[in-house]
Amino acid sequence: MFTALLIEQLLNGLQLGVMLFLMAAGLTLIFGVMGLINLAHGSLYMIGAFACATVAAATGSFWIGLIASLAAAAGVGAIIEVAVIRRLYDRDHLDQVLATFALILILSEGARWLFGSFPLYLDIPPLLQGAVPLPGGGQYQLYRLAIIGVGIAVAVGLYLLIARTRLGMRIRAGESDREMIGALGVDIGTLYTVVFALGAALAGLAGALVGALQSVQVGMGEPVLILAFVVIVIGGIGSIKGALVGAVIVGVVDTMGRFLLPSLLALTMPASQATTIGAALASMLIYVVMALILAFRPSGLFAAQS
Amino acid sequence: MNRILAASLFGLSLATSSLAHAEPVKIGVITTLSGGGAGLGIDMRDAFTLAIKQSGNKDVELVIEDDAQKPELAVQIAEKMIQGDKVDLMTGIIWSNLAMAVVPNTVAQDVIYLSPNAGPSALAGANCNPNYFNVAYQNDNFHEAMGQYANKDYKNAFILAPNYPAGKDALTGFKRYYKGALAGEIYTQVGQTDYAAEIAQIRASDADTVYFFLPGGMGIAFMKQYAQSGVSIPVMGPGFSFSQDVLPAIGDAALGVKNSATWSKDLDNEANKQFVEAFKAEYKRLPSIYAAQSWDTANLILAALSKADVKDKDAFRAALKAADFKSVRGEFAFNNNNHPIQNIYVREVVKEDDGVLTNKIIATAFEDHKDAYAEKCSM
Repeated sequence: MFTALLIEQLLNGLQLGVMLFLMAAGLTLIFGVMGLINLAHGSLYMIGAFACATVAAATGSFWIGLIASLAAAAGVGAIIEVAVIRRLYDRDHLDQVLATFALILILSEGARWLFGSFPLYLDIPPLLQGAVPLPGGGQYQLYRLAIIGVGIAVAVGLYLLIARTRLGMRIRAGESDREMIGALGVDIGTLYTVVFALGAALAGLAGALVGALQSVQVGMGEPVLILAFVVIVIGGIGSIKGALVGAVIVGVVDTMGRFLLPSLLALTMPASQATTIGAALASMLIYVVMALILAFRPSGLFAAQS
Repeated sequence: MNRILAASLFGLSLATSSLAHAEPVKIGVITTLSGGGAGLGIDMRDAFTLAIKQSGNKDVELVIEDDAQKPELAVQIAEKMIQGDKVDLMTGIIWSNLAMAVVPNTVAQDVIYLSPNAGPSALAGANCNPNYFNVAYQNDNFHEAMGQYANKDYKNAFILAPNYPAGKDALTGFKRYYKGALAGEIYTQVGQTDYAAEIAQIRASDADTVYFFLPGGMGIAFMKQYAQSGVSIPVMGPGFSFSQDVLPAIGDAALGVKNSATWSKDLDNEANKQFVEAFKAEYKRLPSIYAAQSWDTANLILAALSKADVKDKDAFRAALKAADFKSVRGEFAFNNNNHPIQNIYVREVVKEDDGVLTNKIIATAFEDHKDAYAEKCSM
C-alpha cells in the first residue's frame, strides 16, 4: 500500500510541476527575451480560466472553452503588450514591477466587475472523468494524468519551436543581442508582441486546465505566480530548460514535504503537534530548497549566459 | 466672505446640535470584499445593509471597508474607524485570524464589537469581554455537532482543516464529541487549492469517513478533486464547506453530503421566511449562512437601538445581551460569555426542482447548545 501511495504522490508532484512549468515557461521567456518582470502573468492565468469557464458554460463543451482560453489569454496578452508593456522595456525593473502590479489590480477588479465575486463552475470534460488503476494497486485521477501529458507536449513543442524554427532563432537572437537583430532587419516590436502573446497563451492554458480541477475565481493567479517565480529563480532566469527542471523540483518537493514531514515528525512528538508543525514546515520547504540552490548556484541551475 | 462663511457654519452647528437626539449611529463594517474569500464578505455586507434598509431606520450610518482577508489591513481599518470615523459599534469580520488581530484591541478601547461569523476559542473563554458579542457561533460548535452525528455511523474518521485558529478549533470541536478512532489528521495551508497530496493519504488510509472544514474556494477545490479521485469514502463537513456561496461551483459532487449548521434556508419560522424572500428579491440569489448570521446581527443591533441609547454603553450592552429580536435561527439567547445558545442541525445537500443545489435539514444534533469555553469566562 505504501508503494502505491508513494507512486501517487510522485505523480501529484509531477502534475503540480508540469502546471507550474506552463506558467514559468512564459514568465522566463518574457524575462529572457525582453528583460521584463511581468507580475501580471498570474492575471493572464486567471483570464484563461474565466474564458474557459464562460465559454464552456455557454457551449457545453470544455474543449471549445480550452481553445477560447488560449485565444483570450493570447489576445489580452497582445493588447497589454502593445498598450502598456511596450513603454516599459527601457525602464528599470522597479517601474516594470509597479506597472505590472497595477495591471494585476485592474485585471482582477475588471474580472470581478464582469463575473462577480462568486466562483464560477467549470467541470472536467466527460472524456477525462474518473480514475485509472496504477501499478502497485493504487488509482490515479485520469485528468491529472492528462495535465502531465499536456505539459510534456508543451515542453517538447517549445523545445522544437525554439531550436528548430525561424521564430525560435529570432527569439534566441533577441535574448543574446536585441540591438543587433533589430539592425539585421527583424521587426523587433512584432517579435516582442508574439513572444508575450505566446507566454500569455501558456498561462491561459494552465489556468483553464487547473480551473476545472480547482475553483475559477478572482485572485486565483497570484499564489501560482509566486511559485512560478520560485521556479524560474531556481531554474535560472531566461532558461526554458531551467523552468522545466525547476518546476518539477518545486512540484515534487512541495508535494512530498506536505506528505512526509508530518509523518516523520510524528515519530518524535505527539501526533497533533506533529501535524501542525509538519504543515508549517512543509509550507516553507520550497523556499528552503530555493535558498540552498541559490547558495551553491547563485544564478540558478541553468543560467542563461549573461 | 470669511465672516459669512463662519456665521453660516455657526448657524449650521446650532441647527445640528438642536437635533442632537437624532444623531446617527455609526456602525463600522470591516469585511472581505476582494480576493478569494470575497463571496463570504459580500453575502455578509449585502444581508446587513438589506436588514438596515428594510427596518427604515434612518439614523444608522454604515462605514464599510474591505479587509482583503489580510489581518494587517484589518487592523489599520479598525484604527481608522475608531479614531477617525468615531464609530459606535463595529462588526463584519469573517475570518478568525483577522478577528484575533482586530477584536481584542477594539474592545479594549471600549468599542462594542459584534461578530457576524468568526468565533475563535481564544475570545470565548478566559479572555471573554463585555464589549464583545458573538452573534454567530463559537468556532467549535458546528464541528461538535458533526462529531456527535458521526458517532451514529462511523468508527474511523480522517479529518482535515486549514492551519489557522478556526481550523484548529474545528478539529478540536469535532474530536470533543466524536468517540471513534482517527485514521488521520491533517492541517493544510490557508488558501491551498490543490489537495492531491491529501487525497492520496485519504486513499491510503482505512478511514470509513472523511470530515473536512475548508471554507470558501478551498472547499470547492477539495470537493471537485475528491469526486474525481476515485476515492469512495463518504465525506462530511460543517455547513461552511457546503454553504450556498460555494454549492454552485462544487456542482453535483456535493449531492447527498451531510453537514452541520445553525441555520438553513428551510428552517421553519416567520423571520426566516421573510429573510429568504427579501434576500432573493433584492439580490436574485439564495442567501448563505453568512448572510443569515449577518441579518441577525443587524436585527440585534436595531432591536437594542430601539431600547437604549448607544452612547450609554452599560444600558446598550444590557439591551444587546437581552437578545430581544426575531432570529432567523429560531430560539436565540446569549450565554454568560456573550456567545449564542442555539440549536445545531444536520443538513443534507439536495437538488431542488429548478436544478439549484441547496441544503435541507434532516436532523437536530444539539438543542440549546452552549460552547465549551463559557465556564472559563468570569462574566
